[in-house]
Amino acid sequence: MRVLAISGSLRRDSYNTKLLRAAEELVAANVRFEHYDELESVPPYNEDRDTQGAPPAVARLREAIAGADALLIATPEYNASVPGQLKNAIDWASRPVRAGALWGKPVVVIGASTGMYGGVWAQAELRKILGTAGARVVDAEVAVGRAHDRFDEDGRLTDDEIRDELREAANALVLAAGPQLAAA
Amino acid sequence: MSSTIEAVETVPTGTWKADPVHSSVGFSVRHMGVTPFRGGFKQFAASLDDGRLVGTAAVESITTDDENLTGHLLSPEFFDADRFPELKFESSEIERHGDEIVVRGQLTLKGTSQPVDLRGTVSGPIGDPYGGLRFGVELETTIDRTAFGIDWNAELPAGGHVVANDVKLTAELELAKEA
Repeated sequence: MRVLAISGSLRRDSYNTKLLRAAEELVAANVRFEHYDELESVPPYNEDRDTQGAPPAVARLREAIAGADALLIATPEYNASVPGQLKNAIDWASRPVRAGALWGKPVVVIGASTGMYGGVWAQAELRKILGTAGARVVDAEVAVGRAHDRFDEDGRLTDDEIRDELREAANALVLAAGPQLAAA
Repeated sequence: MSSTIEAVETVPTGTWKADPVHSSVGFSVRHMGVTPFRGGFKQFAASLDDGRLVGTAAVESITTDDENLTGHLLSPEFFDADRFPELKFESSEIERHGDEIVVRGQLTLKGTSQPVDLRGTVSGPIGDPYGGLRFGVELETTIDRTAFGIDWNAELPAGGHVVANDVKLTAELELAKEA
């Protein structure tokens, strides 16, 4: 099965991107990760531009989501909420209603922040947004607080407890995508 | 012949099918604690076959005046229409006393079955202008939607929730006798 990993941070050394790389190492060999890396190029949502010829970056985003069996999204927390660029991408992927790439797509939300709580507010809002957009939000959470202390120089997780939580969340995502895919 | 009128205690025998144009299946749920919000299902079927009432509705045919709301209602947070495209009621027992009726059975919604009692009234049968027979049943029940896994909600600023858990379901069926 294919998991599309989306980091809500555009920063080159993003802890959220590292968290997604760590998740990739914890899943079964038959689960293939694709790391979406074009978030910065998605233009602001404009219904006037959401025609059959949607902007190329949007078309690629929608294709990447539609082609995945499940999504794993790691979000930072900006001003107690979801980064605007991530929200913007979700808005594009949610259209058209009931036929957008996100419709019915299993998704797990995780997150890392340098604060104490791992961006739980942003995660909660992201789940709300995704649920409203019609995605199948899986009940799983990984909140990595003090993210600057949780990865080594090679970007690997140093905390076993977080690694276990991450494995559990990734497995929940694989199961939600369907038992037939978990084995494929 | 007896001079007293005895209450009818049974529903008509034979096979009867709901005329969809002159029947409706709806729901009503209190919104923000202040107003009943009503909707319905445009595609449904119902039949009474020798005292057994079976009704189905296509979840995707849910009607609201806002496509975004319809989308949200069909999404996994509410009905999850892709996985559970149909809601169904099957009666196990019908009690009638005069015009009043109680239909006991199982309601299946979002993959969960729960016993429910539908209560209401019966009218007819009457002869229709086309040489056939028709009778009406008006039924309603109130379910706790969370018992069927439909538990989305949002909080109001001063406390309370946007959508009530209790949902009234109604079926107004004009049943025509099969030849």
